[in-house]
Amino acid sequence: MTKYDAIVIGAGHNGLITSSYLAKAGKKVLVVDARSQAGGCASTKAFANGFHISDCAQWVHQLDDKIVKELSLEMHGLRLGKAKPTIALQASGEHLTLDGDSLSGAGISASDKKAYKAFRSQMRAFAKLMLKLYRTRAPKMVDADWGDRMTLLSLGLGLKMMGRKNMQDMMRLVLINIYDVMNEHFEHDGLKAAVALDAITGTNMGPRSPNTVFTYIHRMVGEALGNRGVSQVMGGMGSLGGALLSSAKTQGVEVRLGEAVTRIIKTNDRVTGVELSSGDVVEATVVVSSADPTTTYRDLLGYRHIEAGQARRVEQYRTRSGTGKLHLALSGLPSFTGVSGEDHSQRLIIAPHMDAMETGLNPIKYRELSSQHVFDISLPSIEDPTLAPAGQHVLTALVHYVPYELKMGWDGHEGAREQLLESLLEQLEAYAPGIRDLIVASEVRVPEDFEASHGVTGGNWHHGELSIDQSLMMRPFPGSTQYTGSVEGLYLCGAGSHPGGSLMGLAGKNAAEEILEQGVLS
Amino acid sequence: MSAAERKTMLLPTPFHSRVEQYCELNDWGAWQGYTTPNSYFDVELEYFAIRSTAGVLDLSPMNKYRISGPDAEAFLNRLVTRDVSKIGVNRVGYAVWCNDAGELMDDGTIFHLAENDYRLCSYMRADEWLEWNALGFDVTINNESDDIAALAIQGPVSCTILTLIGCEGLNELKPFGIARFDFDGVEMMVSRTGFTGDLGYEVWIDPSKAEALWDQLFEKGRDYLIKPIGSHALHMARIEAGFLQAKVDFVPAEIAVRPGRTRTPLEMGLDWQVDFNKPLFNGRAALLKQKEEGLRYRFVLLDVEGNKPAEHSFILKNGKQIGIVTSAAWCPTAKSNLAFAQVEMPHGAVGEEFVAEIYYQRELQWTRLMAPCKVIEGPLFNPPRKRQTPAPAH
Repeated sequence: MTKYDAIVIGAGHNGLITSSYLAKAGKKVLVVDARSQAGGCASTKAFANGFHISDCAQWVHQLDDKIVKELSLEMHGLRLGKAKPTIALQASGEHLTLDGDSLSGAGISASDKKAYKAFRSQMRAFAKLMLKLYRTRAPKMVDADWGDRMTLLSLGLGLKMMGRKNMQDMMRLVLINIYDVMNEHFEHDGLKAAVALDAITGTNMGPRSPNTVFTYIHRMVGEALGNRGVSQVMGGMGSLGGALLSSAKTQGVEVRLGEAVTRIIKTNDRVTGVELSSGDVVEATVVVSSADPTTTYRDLLGYRHIEAGQARRVEQYRTRSGTGKLHLALSGLPSFTGVSGEDHSQRLIIAPHMDAMETGLNPIKYRELSSQHVFDISLPSIEDPTLAPAGQHVLTALVHYVPYELKMGWDGHEGAREQLLESLLEQLEAYAPGIRDLIVASEVRVPEDFEASHGVTGGNWHHGELSIDQSLMMRPFPGSTQYTGSVEGLYLCGAGSHPGGSLMGLAGKNAAEEILEQGVLS
Repeated sequence: MSAAERKTMLLPTPFHSRVEQYCELNDWGAWQGYTTPNSYFDVELEYFAIRSTAGVLDLSPMNKYRISGPDAEAFLNRLVTRDVSKIGVNRVGYAVWCNDAGELMDDGTIFHLAENDYRLCSYMRADEWLEWNALGFDVTINNESDDIAALAIQGPVSCTILTLIGCEGLNELKPFGIARFDFDGVEMMVSRTGFTGDLGYEVWIDPSKAEALWDQLFEKGRDYLIKPIGSHALHMARIEAGFLQAKVDFVPAEIAVRPGRTRTPLEMGLDWQVDFNKPLFNGRAALLKQKEEGLRYRFVLLDVEGNKPAEHSFILKNGKQIGIVTSAAWCPTAKSNLAFAQVEMPHGAVGEEFVAEIYYQRELQWTRLMAPCKVIEGPLFNPPRKRQTPAPAH
């Protein structure tokens, strides 16, 4: 039987990136994924007749430029669309446009423009510093080795180099909430909400949740990684998966799609391989899981195969997402009031007020449906007509706040999904009158659906809440940091490991580097 | 009015009406939320009852957890450091357990009651830790501490007295064995276990029969000079027998606040309890690492010169403090002044000599005594009757 150096669980972007870097270093690597399409949450699916949608992630805004180059992803077919500004739709029709550091819109004051520039510049400085930490394994604080100490030293120096004012601000801001910071800086409610949206995307937090400045800086790291605003992937998000797959194969990575890993096998005190849904057992020196930590430890390895304290950490790891999605196939281009024809291809957001966001979060804490939602809308078929039949369009929207668990049950008699869809369309129609008449097909996706279709616990695309206590040197939790846990031969390389989620790729790359550095495969 | 009716903060045990009656000194202490005697009539006479006749200790406050289900053995094997599969049905085993960091949490005994059915007796409350440990295992954990009354009957005539109250053939029970008898229509479980290092038994019964059991024992045992014993007499006996006491000889990891105050089983002389051949148990990786990197402390038994117990003493080597005493007593039967101590490595090899800095008070006057002491192999009290089967008759 073939024995691999490494079996990577999951052909998501991080899994494929880890595989490629390991294979580049001459290691024999097998990637296994239950889904028949590579890319994980970067996926495309057929939707109604002739329509295609990115059914999980819809934007690229954090992808590491360095990885794109090192893995020649463009040569393997990756084409990103144009960098898109954000248009924050206002009920008054006086929309705001946020494009890099520039801010425009009828209701925007000169002082807000100035403050926005200053705010962005400061956040950029913080993000740059954070990137230092993101590009390497997060240092241990207690059992730090020399590498860890160097990272900490460089971080400390970086912090000092920002100057007294920035350093004090960062220490103050990083744990507080975006709501207070927005009110400190800006006047325009729509602007505050637009920035706050970037702080809460993909989380189970509201603008007033502590820690939301940290999540905003996390998002800003995307700019430090070479992204400007958001982009769509031409051909749908699945094309990113396709390019990563093609690159991995070129490096010699073996890939088995459509076959689930059912079990991580532990022989005596170390992991020795995996069992597949086909019943095949495949052996390897190390198993690297890009599945989220809960799936990895609870479902694949099993709590009985780790120490109890570790099992407790896994059980207490917070994974619930508050983000769902709306998918629409449209017979024509919808018309958002006050948005010019070509601007419909930009990122359109509906987030009128931070208070509305916060009250939108409240019901989901109690496992109830919210009646006010926040939308992050993409009409990708404008820039990429291949996604829909000629003259027709698809719309996808990230929608906050949708509860992971619903008291009445998502599939209860009350038709919770239908109720949610109706509520979303009603809210959407206020900004795009007549959109309902264009609908050919529609679908709401709730966090539970992502769990079922993409295997992410809690429906959380960050593979676990991105809060300080679950980040950096504590990601996913103490005892399992630096891409490894207490089980020999088992590594983590997914978004549940440092530096966390979104289509970034650094978790995958750092994990590969750590495994190679440890020399376990030599 | 009895304490049971008075609703005191501390709870009465099922034996309370009898214990209260026998507790002539009215010297009460708290044990796991229950009121139990420190001493009944005279600590030394109580101690001598254990060694010469029979002493009876109410151990009802002991935490008792029933662990049952198809994964019971696997669950326990992940929980404790020893190999539980070696404890056969109707056998009892001593066990210690750690957290993931290899820090000692507690010690106790595992009773293998039947296939897939165990009872774990622990010093500390362990409900939460056991529940976390149950994740991923098909086991049921039931805290039955209040559902079972228990007495320890320890000493040379313990077997004789128990036989007289109906434990026919008990003398054939091997050390760490379990036998069951009928008592007044209910099952009475008897295990040949104890905390005194002597011939002795522990009796487990439904609380409704507690008082009747006590009455029977003291009636049939009167001629054999059976005596109730309190925690102080037990303390002397267990030191003589070399038994550790949680919270006294080590700080259980869950209640340790200050860094560095916990100990691992290896540092407590419990390496014989740690089975690295098991692929997994809580703390295995940390203990393996410590074994490779070296211990910080060593647990030692000291023979201290003189007759002043070295309680809370510093242990000095060439005038420098290298350890502390955790338990100490003048042990009458061993005729030795014994102390348990933790010393810094590499100290503590058998035969090494130290000085114990002892402070004692006589008529308000504190006196400092620098007593030479020596590391010895234990335990000093280890009579043949502890092991003999059949148990010697009297």
